[in-house]
Amino acid sequence: MRLTLKVWRQAGPADRGGFRTYQAHDVSEHMSFLEMLDVVNEDLLATAEEPIAFDHDCREGICGTCALMINGMPHGPKHATTTCQLHMRSFHDGDTITIEPWRARAFPVLRDLVVDRSSFDRIISAGGFVTAPTGSAQDANAILVPKDQSDLAMDAAACIGCGACVAACPNGSAMLFTAAKVVHLALLPQGQPERSRRVLAMVHQMDAEAFGGCTLFGECEAACPKEITIENIMRMNRDLMRATLRDRGDREAEALA
Amino acid sequence: MNFDANIPGGPLDAKWDRHLADLRLVSPANKRKFHVIVVGSGLAGASAAASLAELGYRVSCFCFQDSPRRAHSIAAQGGINAAKNYQNDGDSAWRLFFDTIKGGDFRSREANVYRLAQVSANIIDQCVAQGVPFAREYGGMLANRSFGGAQVSRTFYARGQTGQQLLLGAYQALERMVGRGSITMYPRHEMLELVIVNGRARGIVARDLVSGEMESFVGDAVVLATGGYGNVFFLSTNAKGCNVTAAYRAYKQGAGFANPCFTQIHPTCIPVSGEYQSKLTLMSESLRNDGRVWVPKAPGDARASQNIPEPERDYYLERKYPAFGNLAPRDIASRAAKEACDDGRGVGPGGRGVYLDFASAIQRLGEPTIRDRYGNLFEMYERITGENPYRTPMRIYPAAHYTMGGLWVDYNLMSTLPGLHVVGEANFSDHGANRLGASALMQGLADGYFILPYTIGDYLAGARLEAVDASHASFRAAEQRATARLDRLLAIDGARSVDSFYKELGHVMWNECGMTRNREGLQRALRRIPEIRSEFWENVKVPGAAATLNQSLEKAGRVADFLEFGELVCLDALQREESCGGHFRTEFQTADGEALRDDAHFAHVAVWEYQGTDQAPVRHVEPLDFEFVKLATRSYK
Repeated sequence: MRLTLKVWRQAGPADRGGFRTYQAHDVSEHMSFLEMLDVVNEDLLATAEEPIAFDHDCREGICGTCALMINGMPHGPKHATTTCQLHMRSFHDGDTITIEPWRARAFPVLRDLVVDRSSFDRIISAGGFVTAPTGSAQDANAILVPKDQSDLAMDAAACIGCGACVAACPNGSAMLFTAAKVVHLALLPQGQPERSRRVLAMVHQMDAEAFGGCTLFGECEAACPKEITIENIMRMNRDLMRATLRDRGDREAEALA
Repeated sequence: MNFDANIPGGPLDAKWDRHLADLRLVSPANKRKFHVIVVGSGLAGASAAASLAELGYRVSCFCFQDSPRRAHSIAAQGGINAAKNYQNDGDSAWRLFFDTIKGGDFRSREANVYRLAQVSANIIDQCVAQGVPFAREYGGMLANRSFGGAQVSRTFYARGQTGQQLLLGAYQALERMVGRGSITMYPRHEMLELVIVNGRARGIVARDLVSGEMESFVGDAVVLATGGYGNVFFLSTNAKGCNVTAAYRAYKQGAGFANPCFTQIHPTCIPVSGEYQSKLTLMSESLRNDGRVWVPKAPGDARASQNIPEPERDYYLERKYPAFGNLAPRDIASRAAKEACDDGRGVGPGGRGVYLDFASAIQRLGEPTIRDRYGNLFEMYERITGENPYRTPMRIYPAAHYTMGGLWVDYNLMSTLPGLHVVGEANFSDHGANRLGASALMQGLADGYFILPYTIGDYLAGARLEAVDASHASFRAAEQRATARLDRLLAIDGARSVDSFYKELGHVMWNECGMTRNREGLQRALRRIPEIRSEFWENVKVPGAAATLNQSLEKAGRVADFLEFGELVCLDALQREESCGGHFRTEFQTADGEALRDDAHFAHVAVWEYQGTDQAPVRHVEPLDFEFVKLATRSYK
């Protein structure tokens, strides 16, 4: 098939950037979206223009590196699919496809379609862990975890940190990302000792990184390639409220618990 | 070159404990005086960085990805082995050790492998304490499954995302120490040179991939956790960014490179669909627990799978290896698939594929059970191929996946260069000529959590290190080397893209040095690779500048190294005149087509020493002594 691509080009963080239009010929439906871009970049070599910079690595939907806004949808039109796993059979001959980077204040553009998502690392660094120094662990079966609870924790832990939730959110909020980690650890016995401290620290950091607030649009859930549900945000909000009140020594918090 | 492996004496099961008691310690107050540079943030790198920081060392950790959480360990699907014997099926450290030695076709060190089996149980404990959501039974206990090359169920897993969950555990431990100020993380940085001062590894030169700036980092020890070199084949299951550059540059500075020809071809990957193909996707080996591999009995049978009746199907793994059936080790399963396709019995476009069929498992267990076990893998298969594996069998074909070879290390995981330690897939130590499934995660975490943190202390306690800073002549020279190389790449301004050379190299490597090898083909490759390389340096086009984010330049540097390193892989394959594990020389096989080892001449590690540009490297030998197991012919029949 033959496609017209409108691609965001930006030489660097300080550049204003803008759209450029390219033609892609001989696109096979079996190509992945990124393979289609590889071919466009090979063609650009023959011109004076530099190849389009875009982030990608594993190309099997798990590393969370690829991050393209395709026709206004993070990772494109296919449900529960990262950009690298999106195949050209989802498009039609003659289509015009608009490709942009993630748009969010907390994800500054570095070049073309590449953004800086280190704010996510800082949220994890603030509290997204269990303090379990190497060597201090007891036997793995000493603490039992009910299967359904463990499965729920795994659902949340499946987050790949791609940032689609932020890109989809009209507020640029990182609630779904933050909630996924908070809830993963809050559902497990190992996460209990730091449960309150964790949620407070992570939400505080999220705010400090200039992510927006959550007004429950639900766009994040729709965009998430790993189907992390908005239920996690409810669970995190409950933990956050309890932790906040407890922080003030409020008795009501005990009742909530 | 010094190849003393420093293996402690005594009985096999007491070696590590004895060694631990003998290792020198660094006092808590002195630990913070030492700065350790860790390159790579996968399972081995992140676990090492976190553990070293917890001990009190100052750590700097580097990765080329935008976040340490994205290292390629994240893509491991199936699981992690540990000798817990939770299933009461007779597992033990000895059995895991023996399976690993045998699976590696008796080309690994007994002492290292035994230690790996010993610490495997601690890894599971550690990961559970971090909150890794392993699969569980209804009673709340951890679940296990079986994996290729083993007759016990010792594999722990987190759906089909075990690598992801283990890496996130290590990443979170790392980020905790970043938050406490004891690790400085350098994402989007690529190591381009190792710096040696007075014979010891004292730092690295890395390029900031955003600004393009070249920077020197000085440390008291350097740890490479930079993964394997499977991308030398161009098409592999590795992430696009995986490369040999850090390890190869260390080799050029004098670190011995061991067994580069030991590469693993994984039997269950999605077949190539066209020339534009950029990578291959693995379908977890765990699928072979319930999937049955087959091809039509008749060559050229082009009927759709459902139209081929049972008696006309050849379930060749079950036929040839009745004891292990579809769970035969990877090297054997891969070669068997190639043979079937070479016979003209392959399926799908181009005839390079075999079926992995779940029909009988679905019939036996029901679709919901299969969905529960492999749902995400089936979805992934459908997304890529557009076919529904619940209805039609998957098509699979082998692809380059893992590299057992790597930088030579001793029992302390130190390379031939004092101060340079190598962990995870980047070293050569534990898997011999073939790695068993679910053992890569085990080894990466064993090295990072439970071995290196002890052994590096011994080095630091014993080394008398002079004060050095980045103005030292060795650092200046290394910076100049790295900068000059990039400038040279940009200045060529030829007519061909980096990828066109890369694909050409990949074709040569796959055809001549892939699943099967022979003298003639390897000699052909050894003539061809230097030709490709010299054309690369005359005719490649690398657009853009050095002082910006320039992905073409990053790739060009990595491909330039693969163009040299590929030759070393072929040379090693040529000189190892036997078949063992993943290294199958067609000249050396038994009457029924199995690998024919030559223990009299090749029961050793081949270690290559760099001699300079355009000089043939020297092949050294570390003999492998088998004191505790009897060398035997592997049989999975």
